[in-house]
Amino acid sequence: MKSAAAMLATALLLAGCSGIEPWVKPYERDRLADPIMSFDRNPVSGSYIDHVHEAREGARGASGSAGGGCGCN
Amino acid sequence: MRTLKTLLLLLAAPAAFAGVLPEERADSLYHFYDGGGVEIQGPSLLGRLSVGEKVSVSGSYYVDSISSASIDVVTTGASPDGYKEERTQWGAGVDYLRGDTTMSLGYSTSEENDYEADTLNFGISQDVFGGLTTISLGYGSGSDEVSRRGDPTFAGEVSRHAYRFGVTQVLTRNLIMGFSYETVADEGYLNNPYRRVRYADVNEATGYGLQSEVYPQTRASNAAAIRGKYHLPFRAAVSGEYRFFTDDWGIDAHTVEFGYVQPFRTKWLFDFKYRFYTQSAADFYSDLFPYANAQNYLARDKELSTFQSHGPHVGVTYTFLDRQGDRPLKSTFNVFFDHYIYSYDDFRDLRSGADVGEEPMYDFDANVLQAFFSLWF
Repeated sequence: MKSAAAMLATALLLAGCSGIEPWVKPYERDRLADPIMSFDRNPVSGSYIDHVHEAREGARGASGSAGGGCGCN
Repeated sequence: MRTLKTLLLLLAAPAAFAGVLPEERADSLYHFYDGGGVEIQGPSLLGRLSVGEKVSVSGSYYVDSISSASIDVVTTGASPDGYKEERTQWGAGVDYLRGDTTMSLGYSTSEENDYEADTLNFGISQDVFGGLTTISLGYGSGSDEVSRRGDPTFAGEVSRHAYRFGVTQVLTRNLIMGFSYETVADEGYLNNPYRRVRYADVNEATGYGLQSEVYPQTRASNAAAIRGKYHLPFRAAVSGEYRFFTDDWGIDAHTVEFGYVQPFRTKWLFDFKYRFYTQSAADFYSDLFPYANAQNYLARDKELSTFQSHGPHVGVTYTFLDRQGDRPLKSTFNVFFDHYIYSYDDFRDLRSGADVGEEPMYDFDANVLQAFFSLWF
């Protein structure tokens, strides 16, 4: 799993150097820039809810919002 | 005019795009959790400020005031009056922007009367494809100290290392996807020093005896998540997320979440989500061991059992201040409510008084309320 992630990262980094044209132009990003399209619109709430889940569930990590290390044992 | 609007929107939402520092904002939140005999509440404050054009600093403060008469406290010998404790967490961070690269450093420290945790996080994110792709890497190092109330001779330590990788990809002008992966390795005293397991014992009036939990000294876990958000033809968005989790204790977990966000007129925003979670038990978990010291490792923590939870989220955001111009100022008031239904497959409710091993399975509901102000300046 670790090596797969490393390969994916390498492939993306190499692809980044190959000069592919961005297919969504900056002037076409108005909808993407709308706050309703943010994955983590309210970090203070997102990290709290992550903590609520992490304290009651066996799973942890890859939650998407900022943070890490909840000290919730 | 349209270009200007686009530019303003781009500046207003830097998280998805390259080369922009995080927004300057302050949040003041009150949280309240009520479920399974446990009440937890407190404030959470978060502030972020830019220093020049390349540096952003942040600070946070968080408190959990806990009043617990949980099923564990009630049924395995602790005081039925419950116990009260408080956890306080402070955090500070700095982000540095250089071209399309953002580097971040964060430190947080958490303290309660029997647990201290210090965490240091480092992250770097790079925008490529003209800002269509953001790649991020992160590393976190944690160091915890565990103590046990009423036992000054007890001392445990935990060290933790987390490695994170993430990609956010703009696929079309309406669709953005994200992938994240995190592996965490723990080493040290990983169980709860108060919790006990039960084992069958005909000599006890209850039919079972109790002994302390014993966990392995190490744990390694992997989690991978994929999420997407799609802007509908009108101003609203749908989202979906799936996370797979696995660890070397034998727990596999799946999380699925669907969301919908709908603005109403210019000042209101309504959020709806539904989340499902399911996990299998750790290999060394049992609700009832056949006898004392039945195996090397022993756990009866319901967080390590086989269970499911699901529930809705409803959020309302009201923008009561939105000043445009040279010095824009925006402020919102938000009320979020989450409900959870937890159902356990192999954790029994010992309060029933039924025959040992025949008690009904435990379940409970929880309500979570958040109310907060946000200010962008």
